[in-house]
Amino acid sequence: MKKITLLYLIVFSVQIQLAIAQSQPLQIIKVPELEQLIKSEEGKVKVINFWATWCKPCIKEIPYFVKAQQDFPEVEFVFVSLDFSENASRAESFGKKKGLNKSKMVLIDDVDYNAWIDKVSGEWSGAIPATLIVTPNGKKLYEKEFQQGELKELLKETYKL
Amino acid sequence: MKNYLFLSFLLLFAFGFTSEKEGYKVGDTATDFSLKNVNGEMVSLKDFEDVKGYIVIFTCNTCPYSIAYEDRIIELQTKYAKQKFPVIAINPNDDKRSPKDSFKEMKVRAKEKMFNFPYVYDETQEITKAYGATNTPHVYVLDADRTVKYIGAIDNNTKSAKDADKKYVEDAVNALLAEKEVPVKETKAIGCTIKWAM
Repeated sequence: MKKITLLYLIVFSVQIQLAIAQSQPLQIIKVPELEQLIKSEEGKVKVINFWATWCKPCIKEIPYFVKAQQDFPEVEFVFVSLDFSENASRAESFGKKKGLNKSKMVLIDDVDYNAWIDKVSGEWSGAIPATLIVTPNGKKLYEKEFQQGELKELLKETYKL
Repeated sequence: MKNYLFLSFLLLFAFGFTSEKEGYKVGDTATDFSLKNVNGEMVSLKDFEDVKGYIVIFTCNTCPYSIAYEDRIIELQTKYAKQKFPVIAINPNDDKRSPKDSFKEMKVRAKEKMFNFPYVYDETQEITKAYGATNTPHVYVLDADRTVKYIGAIDNNTKSAKDADKKYVEDAVNALLAEKEVPVKETKAIGCTIKWAM
């Protein structure tokens, strides 16, 4: 009996280690790092999704982003959590459970929102869900909840991916 | 002919989108309303006699950011109602999309937190649309003539009232009470989207 328990423990810990090796930890960032993330880069399209654990429509659209991430491996996806920094570990485990375990996750730790919302986009009221698409030619903010298939369609039709 | 049709569709589409961004800007005159308060009475701005202005706040029961600001909204009312600058809170959310924002649940929340201000329900969402509120909490400070003087956040620290070093709404109201220019007229804040009826 004891042996079986031990075996289980070993298998379990190996699995955990594998899971940790595959996924990146959530990074807590400040505004300058956020500005870096949303900068246009040569030959690159980025999809920056703003979400929070308490935002129901954000949670609903995450699977569509995970799917798009698989369909467009050339696109860089970043998930920016707006949860308070003391809830960072909760945001991380929640995000991973929702399928973001292979995605870049950050948490912006600056509640002086008015100081940085316009830096993300003048089009943004501050409501979430919101998604910023960055191309070498510029940025566009989508202040909306994406429905199934909609993001893929948008990347294909508007961004010719 | 087909081209024209296409073009008119395109225009319609474009206008359809811009109309979403409608709503008041600073300097516009805000509409009055008649909305049901949690005590069962209808509330209009014109009911407040001899006031110097109004703090109209779109907020709700469910948004964590609204909840984070509840105590500060109570304080605003405590401080400014006696200076004839009352708070009126409006719940803009559709209760089918957000059942915990129903009128019944508003009554429960108002009682729990002992709201000292009217908490009214914009069931048809027409007032919310007219004002152009996008998220909760979203504040409109109006003068006595209902001219919009400030739009945006309550202060610059959602997490902690005592760490906020820019109190936008208080600064706006203090300026209006002193018959001065409002220092910061517009701010943005992270918030929950308004739950529009489908």
